[in-house]
Amino acid sequence: MAEELSLLGMWASPFSCRVKIALKLKVVQYKYVEEDLFNKSPLLLKYNPIDKKVPVLVHNGNPLLESLVILEYIDETWQGYPIFPKDPYERAVARFWAKFIDDKLLPAIRRACWGEEKGREKAVEEATELLQLLEMELKEKRFFGGETIGLVDIVADTLSLWLTSFEEGSGVELMTREKFPKLSKWSHEFASTSAVKENLPPKDELTVFLKSLFGKPAK
Amino acid sequence: MILLDYWVSVFGMRVRIALAEKEIKYESREEDLLGNKSDLLLKMNPIYKKIPVLIHNGKPVCESLIIVQYIDEIWNDRSPLLPSDPYQRAQARFWADFVDKKVAPRPGVLWGKGEEQEAARNEFLETFKILEGELGDKPYFGGETFGFVDISLVTFACWFHAFETFGKFSMKAEFPKITEWAKRCMQRESVAKSLQDPQKVDEFVVEYRKRLGLE
Repeated sequence: MAEELSLLGMWASPFSCRVKIALKLKVVQYKYVEEDLFNKSPLLLKYNPIDKKVPVLVHNGNPLLESLVILEYIDETWQGYPIFPKDPYERAVARFWAKFIDDKLLPAIRRACWGEEKGREKAVEEATELLQLLEMELKEKRFFGGETIGLVDIVADTLSLWLTSFEEGSGVELMTREKFPKLSKWSHEFASTSAVKENLPPKDELTVFLKSLFGKPAK
Repeated sequence: MILLDYWVSVFGMRVRIALAEKEIKYESREEDLLGNKSDLLLKMNPIYKKIPVLIHNGKPVCESLIIVQYIDEIWNDRSPLLPSDPYQRAQARFWADFVDKKVAPRPGVLWGKGEEQEAARNEFLETFKILEGELGDKPYFGGETFGFVDISLVTFACWFHAFETFGKFSMKAEFPKITEWAKRCMQRESVAKSLQDPQKVDEFVVEYRKRLGLE
């Protein structure tokens, strides 16, 4: 039976990008379907009736939701490049940092860049503190996964291109080279990895899009 | 092996169930969350400073669902908590994550007031409607066997009475299947001995509401 694999995604979504990177690392062929989030397709509504979000991976007619769940499924289903660590303790640590990025860091970055002016200073302070934790976790490693990219690097994709676009679009500086030398270097190395480079959206278009999505309307 | 825990925490209870299912011996240490957190907790979970924390061979594992998966992977020779098929595993992870995102962080039903509480109550009912639908006629969320999703949700069962009291609804009337499922889970020794007495939970909620100035 021929395998059917399609990914419902959105060009500007870092969550969709994670799945594209993972599939590239595993050298798996798939059909990509671009969703218009302002006009969702019947297919998306059928496969994800719960929150109607992308990415959705459909494998032999079976839908998978939530980027972290999808990444683990991809790692378990296709051999080759290891995305998750093999050791159970290392795996628990990787899951912890992936969750930290999604549950704590990203919302804090969003608040810092696009939140109310009033709370801006405090939000920037909070996001900076959280980024510091990640800077410390990286230590002297090239990637969070060690010599090659792994789960945490893929989940941290938002901190490479998207954070740069956030900063350019909002005018708020968070991850400066002075304050975050390790993360800044990581961001560059990560974006240069072939599996990542060919799946990143174009920066200028992304900045314009994010600004229109999150920014305040002109007075 | 040490588990840093708190008697009424639904998250701590998840880990207790997993350890009991695997028949693992461990030392339980009660944290004084309303008073002072121990140095050990602050050292082992510096980022969130929260329980549960499992300390295995001196190394900490944090976040209840991550701990449950860790336990399942290390003690993989008995009582599997996750299915073996990758697609079923993904489904289990999705629904456990759903419980974490939708049920767990919104005790506004208990700790809120006025409009805020009303909104929290409605969200609670919406969420459980989805869960009732997902459970359907299956004995457990995973199908025939008790597993990861059941563990993620059943610990809230000892809080159901508190939700009913302050949310002013009946779990049995609104969610008959979940009510039956909770009773079925309680027949398992691992669940029965890990969950708190609902009456004690009610007393805790009343006390805590007083602390928050809601009584």
